[in-house]
Amino acid sequence: MTPRRPLPAPVEYALIPLVNLLASLVVAAGVLALIGADPLDALGSMAEGAVGSAEAWGYTLYYATNFILTGLAVALPFHAGLFNIGGEGQATMGGLGVALVCLGFGGYSLWLVLPLAIAAAMLCGAAWAAVPAWLQARRGSHLVITTIMFNFLAAALMTYLLVDVLRVPGNGSPETRVFDPSAFLPPMDALLGLLGVPFPSTPLNISLLLALMIALLFWVLVWHTRWGYEIRAVGHSPDAARYAGISISRVILASVMLGGALAGLVAVNEVMGVHHRLFLGFSNGYGFVGIAVALMGRNHPLGIVLAAVLFGALYQGGTELAFDHPEITREIVVVVEGLVILFCGAFENAFRGPIEALFGRTGAKPA
Amino acid sequence: MDTVDLISVAASTLRLGTPLILAALAGLFSERAGVIDIGLEGKLLGAAFAAAAIASVTGSPWAALAGAMLTSIALALLHGYAAITLNGNQVVSGMALNILISGLTPTLATAWFNQGGQTPPLVESQRFGAVALPFADDLAGVPVFGPIYSGLLSGQNLLVYLAFLVVPAAAWLLFATRFGLRLRAVGENPHAVDAAGLSVAGLRYRAIIITGALAGIGGAYLSIAQGAGFARDMTAGRGYLALAALIFGRWRPAPTLLACLLFAFADAAQLRLQGVSLPVLGVIPVQFVQALPYILTVILLAGVGGTARAPKAIGIPFVKSR
Repeated sequence: MTPRRPLPAPVEYALIPLVNLLASLVVAAGVLALIGADPLDALGSMAEGAVGSAEAWGYTLYYATNFILTGLAVALPFHAGLFNIGGEGQATMGGLGVALVCLGFGGYSLWLVLPLAIAAAMLCGAAWAAVPAWLQARRGSHLVITTIMFNFLAAALMTYLLVDVLRVPGNGSPETRVFDPSAFLPPMDALLGLLGVPFPSTPLNISLLLALMIALLFWVLVWHTRWGYEIRAVGHSPDAARYAGISISRVILASVMLGGALAGLVAVNEVMGVHHRLFLGFSNGYGFVGIAVALMGRNHPLGIVLAAVLFGALYQGGTELAFDHPEITREIVVVVEGLVILFCGAFENAFRGPIEALFGRTGAKPA
Repeated sequence: MDTVDLISVAASTLRLGTPLILAALAGLFSERAGVIDIGLEGKLLGAAFAAAAIASVTGSPWAALAGAMLTSIALALLHGYAAITLNGNQVVSGMALNILISGLTPTLATAWFNQGGQTPPLVESQRFGAVALPFADDLAGVPVFGPIYSGLLSGQNLLVYLAFLVVPAAAWLLFATRFGLRLRAVGENPHAVDAAGLSVAGLRYRAIIITGALAGIGGAYLSIAQGAGFARDMTAGRGYLALAALIFGRWRPAPTLLACLLFAFADAAQLRLQGVSLPVLGVIPVQFVQALPYILTVILLAGVGGTARAPKAIGIPFVKSR
């Protein structure tokens, strides 16, 4: 690798991601033009739908809550040089944990149910990540393939459970019964109402605060603990880390399983906060969005929170867009997601070179 | 299970194995040249869409096949640009293409055909059909050989035969030609290839074009040979299964072929096992039966770990030493 002096922080953490995002949006605009839509009109429609009103913000931040969690779930193993694609399955299994707690402890105080649900979501998510993590650590099995397989397996298991085990007799759709209202998470409008701030009723609930708290803990963990140091050391140079006495397989196991635990928390927002029941496919692709969010946020919690809000706006804006324009489907959001991963991840060196030249930072390190 | 059942399971193993074989051989070229290809799934899906779209518009399966191959090659080149020219993260690049294509195909399908993310169903003349081998009907009565010849070997799709021809061709190209030697060398020790005065990037790009072409045939098979049209996410993880087969086959053509057939057999068996009552186990819930290929993938990858040796330079960007 060419030795590089680091770029100034605003360039590294703001300019480069923005240029990459811009490139993704330009290509997405090309796709819109290709299918005969007016890109500027579409962008306006999306922006209006995503941030044009307090209600729009509520939906945007509700989606962002999921993306903060799945983004962190990808970022943590990424610091150890591992790619966790299993957020989707881990979130699904988190749903099982949350639902079992909420169904079993309906009627008890939320002060009891919420911690239990959080623990169950993390435990189930981590458990679902444990087998791929162990196989990677001990057998060298490709984590990307095994986590993808576990996504398919989680979907199969959940279909079985919801169709044959947890379904309410007589109900045609594969879902559990609605939880006892005591197990509903307070929506944000209720919380803000207590403070005297009026806010429309949206799916946004106190899970957002949980996600932000987790992002802060993530920062402490990765940059201010010995354990976080070990993760980053393995990510930078497994050989050096091994020489320094760090157990690589322990780091793999721990980082992937904790990643799974974070993805599992999506269920707290979705199942406990919004839908109040477990149903098929509630993870809705959020696990994959986490990849884009982590890459765009450069695996740093602050960046991930910002990228998550951006993707929340994209999701919400995309829904409005599909509503306004029947020729555009919601999948346009998945296109943007793929483009962001492409430009922020795979093509990250495409714009870096010219930008480095602009700031005069290429070439050999001064002696 | 009698002979007829056995032959029918074997025949569907060949049918279901074809896209896996083509995709795994596609991955073989890329990975042997040192470029990880997680993006097989996206290439299959993109090619399947291109083939179905072109077949329904032009009516020609051959034009559709060509279009599918070009689409897949274009995706491969995009991956190559990230992996070879920009020295980017190859796993991330492959995943980006998979996600991009899974969003792009239904977007385009909805806009162009207005059928909820599908392409219009294709008629017989727009697809590749079954090919009867000579004397298939005459020999059907011959004991043992007859049913195998007329029920299993004959009457398969044109692209099925093509896939099985590609296996020895790929083996020859990789292991018996100068190009193959260089391609493998570039995946093991690119610096040596560079020192010998050959272009590492040039060789890797050529390998990746072959990858794109083969995956393109595999994708076309799904939508215009085995199926009759494109449906969203119709690849259902086959690109990843192919990659697992490639790893289990230790990056060699013949063992990879066997691994693909094993996956295909699991898939054929799951279709048979649905709703069947087994001794001891009883009726296994259909969801678990359907998950059989995915479970098998994990088990095979678990068994192979540590013993399979990947091409040495796989995933490592080549930076010319000065």
